[in-house]
Formats: sequence, C-alpha cells, structure tokens
Amino acid sequence: MSQKPLAPAIEGWFTMDDQPRLIGTQCCACSTYFFPKQTRYCRNPDCDSTEFKEVELSRTGHVWSYTNACYKPPAPFVAAEPFEPYTLAAVTLEHEKMTVLGQVVTGVNVADLKVGMAMELVLEPLHETEDDIKMTWKWRPMADQGEQR
Amino acid sequence: MSNEVAIIGAGMHPWGKWGHNFVEYGVAAAREALADAGIPWRDVGFVSGGATVRCGYPGYVAGATFAQALGWQGCEVNTSYAACASGSQALAAARNKILAGACDVAVVIGADTTPKGFLAPAGGYRPEDPDWVRFYLGITNPTYFALYARRRMDVYGDTLEDFAAVKVKNSLIGSKNPRARYRKCFTAEDVAASAMVADPLRLMDICATSDGGAALILCSAEYARRIGKADAPRIAAISTVTPSFASAVVEMPDIATDSAAAAGIEAHSFRAALPVKAYEEAGIGPEDVDLAEVYDLSTALELDWIEDLQLTPRGEAAHYLRRGDTAVGGKIPVNPSGGLACFGEAVPAQALAQVCELVWQLRGECGDRQVQGARVGITANQGLFGHGSSVIIKR
Repeated sequence: MSQKPLAPAIEGWFTMDDQPRLIGTQCCACSTYFFPKQTRYCRNPDCDSTEFKEVELSRTGHVWSYTNACYKPPAPFVAAEPFEPYTLAAVTLEHEKMTVLGQVVTGVNVADLKVGMAMELVLEPLHETEDDIKMTWKWRPMADQGEQR
Repeated sequence: MSNEVAIIGAGMHPWGKWGHNFVEYGVAAAREALADAGIPWRDVGFVSGGATVRCGYPGYVAGATFAQALGWQGCEVNTSYAACASGSQALAAARNKILAGACDVAVVIGADTTPKGFLAPAGGYRPEDPDWVRFYLGITNPTYFALYARRRMDVYGDTLEDFAAVKVKNSLIGSKNPRARYRKCFTAEDVAASAMVADPLRLMDICATSDGGAALILCSAEYARRIGKADAPRIAAISTVTPSFASAVVEMPDIATDSAAAAGIEAHSFRAALPVKAYEEAGIGPEDVDLAEVYDLSTALELDWIEDLQLTPRGEAAHYLRRGDTAVGGKIPVNPSGGLACFGEAVPAQALAQVCELVWQLRGECGDRQVQGARVGITANQGLFGHGSSVIIKR
C-alpha cells in the first residue's frame, strides 16, 4: 500500500480510530438500533417515533455464518488486479440483537472460522483511489475466544 | 366452495437461453394455457402480468404488453411487480378480481429474457441504496446463499455431499421434464468438480438465470362447472406477507438485520412466515401436503425451505433427503419439476411456473415425474426487498 491518506469508504458509517466502531442510530422512544443509520422514522411497527440519536455499536460479536468470494464482484466493487478471493462473515451483536455483514480481515480463511466464534471490528483497506486509501470495517477473530456461543 | 378460484389451464414456454423478446415467451405460454383450458382468448376478461424492469421502463413486461400481443380485445389489465414473487402477486390480483365478481376468466402471465452479464446496481456513489452498498463492499447474491448453507453445516451438521445430493435429485427428475432448460443427470462428482463460487457453494449448487414464460387460466367455480371442469385444481391460498419486525436473518440486499433490542420485539424468520399464512388461509397443515415446489436458488436453500414449510422438523431436512423422502416416490417429494436447478430463474415467470407444475401434478399428467395420488401442493419463494410468496393448490 502507498503512503496516501486513509479515508472511510463510506463517510460517517464507522469511527476511524484504533478501536473502530460502526456508527448507527437508536430510536429515542423504543431503543431499537439501526445500521445503516435510520433518522427519519422508526421501523418498529409499535413505534411512531421520528427522533433518533447517533450511537456507536458494539465492536465485538459472534459469528452467525461465513463464506468467501471466489469471483470478482461487479462494480461498484473495486477489485485488485489480479483479483484475490476474500472471506466474509455475518456477525451478531448481542447487545443490539442484530447481525452485520462485512469482509473478514486479509489472511483469515473460511477454514479458520466457525459459527459462534468471537469477532471484533477492525479497519482495513477496501480499495485505493487517486487521492486516498478507502478503508472499511472488517471482522477479525478475537485472540481470546473466551466462551464460544 | 365460493371463495375458491379454479385453475383450468396452464402453459409454459420451455426455459432456456433463447435470446428472443420476452413477449414471445409470454404469448406462447398464454396460448398453451388457453388451449389447455379449451377456451377462446375473447372469453378472458382480465390479463394479469408479472412485471420486470427493462431499459428503465418498469411495467413494460406487463399486462398490457401481453394483451396487445394476444390481440387487444378490450379486457382489463393489471401489472404486478414483487421481484421473484411477481407471479404470485399477479395471481392474487386475478383471483381477487374473480372473487369480487368483476370477471369470470383471467389469464396470469409472467415472462422474462435473461439480462446479459451480472445483475448490478446503477453506478455513482449512492450509499443510501442498500444494493449499491453491498456490491461496493463485495457482497454478491451467492454470498447470502452461502451464509445460509454454511450455517446449516455448522448448526445442523449438513455436508457438502448433502448439498450435492439435492442437485443430483433435482437433475434426475428434471431430466424427465421437457420444459426444463438443463436436462442432464449430474452426479455428486460433477458437483464436486465444479468451481467454488462462495464456500461452501459451487457453481452447480447455484441456479442460473433463464429465459422463460408461464401462464395460468383462472376462473370462477361457476364458469368451471359450465365448461365441464368442476374438478379442476383450485387455489386454496396465496400468501404474500411481508417480513415481521425484527427480521432476524440477513437478507439480500441488506448488510444488516433488524435489531430486536426493543421491548416486546422478537426476532422472526421471513421464510418461515410465508407458508404460515398460506396454511391458515387454506385451513390445512403441512401434514396434508403431498408435494412442494420451492425456490432452490441454491441446493442448500432447498433444505431450508423444506423446514420453513414445516415438512420436516427444523434441522432435519438433510436426513429426509438422505433417505430419499424428498424425491419423487418418497414421503414428501420436493421440486418434482426439477426446480430452479433445472430451470434457472426467469424472475417474473418463476412463481407461476411453480404453480403450473402443481396443476399438472394434481391432474396426474406428469408421466415419469408424477407424484402418485397428489391432491395438495404448496409453493414457496422469496425475492428482494421483503417480497415472497407461498401458494397452495388442491384438488
């Protein structure tokens, strides 16, 4: 990778620090979380609130399932040449009671994963532009697997 | 029964990659269905089309297009768009029209021509569009199917051999279906030798997209009696429910599920909810079902659907598969048409094609594919953006 500055692939969807977190919203009336952010109307059928606060979601969770991408996806995906397969995981955040998809960090393969493994959120490059390196969230198995679910 | 509508005709243009205009497939299917019913086109009072989007014209592949091609005769038209469930919504519109007494006979048509290359979202930088977001992050359609498949492996102990066995089963029965696109009998070795797309799913675990057209002729019970078809298969239920909040399974094209964190909110499975409404409406249960046509976008997904339809306990579909219970001749045959594995998906036609198969099975006309003594059949499918359907046909 070059010395270009780092920039979020999607502005405002996650923090850019060492312990990154996804940025969602929470309904001020019923406490439902939303990621991506929901700011206009609550989708809980029992709630008609229009007030939300921005919140950082848990940065750890457990694997719901996982796979990989062996073929290059179409645009807007920006693939490296030559294309390198990458791993993907759906991770359940217990506190928010929701599951979030994302790539898994480079170097971790399907064979390294299992449903229930503890994962944490980190940032890695998604692709490079003329001006900067676009970063995205990725899931990484935690060093301390603790109690698996 | 007064609240039931009869299906007196079914027709299909064979599935394939013919490269013709979709309207041609729809017209061929409609004419076959009319001939099957033995009624003239001018008797049809309502044309209900399943729509797809072409060249920025949503609805072009629709009721009026088919009506014009069949010869405008002043009937009323409808167009339904509901992704993979478009055909079922078009079917529901026709049934409702007849039940409301607004017409005696309706034709329901769905047809599609395969788009070239990947189905990809519009360009630009559009993070407000979930379909754009997921492709940008590298999440394709097979990603979702593979997540469901892998979860089955880790949670229920399903194996790659099980998934291959679904393909082998469907290709064997589909080889006897002249309307299917793929009629080769594949072996487990063929599946294992095909390229890995999204681990654990290989190319032959995932369905293709196809050209095809399907049509059904619906009529009132009174009209069916009048033309001597009082014993025609009847529509017992059409479920097109939305998911219930909080939808707990990550679904295409979303990158996250709903949150079930609010008080009083529970996590729900959309797929499992679709047949529940259908069973309620039909007043029957899964134990009454003789066969099912389910949306096997992947081999593993067929196993999910079998459990969602409650045809086996959760997690046990692979056991049934291994015993041959889901093959024709088994306890509960699934996809006796050969399923999407042998057809490939022609989106607005596919839900109707499922019903066509049930109609022919319930009439006992399926020859080598026949499910003996079939009286009740159910379909299930699911598409993008919270669309899905389950239809029950009985005789």
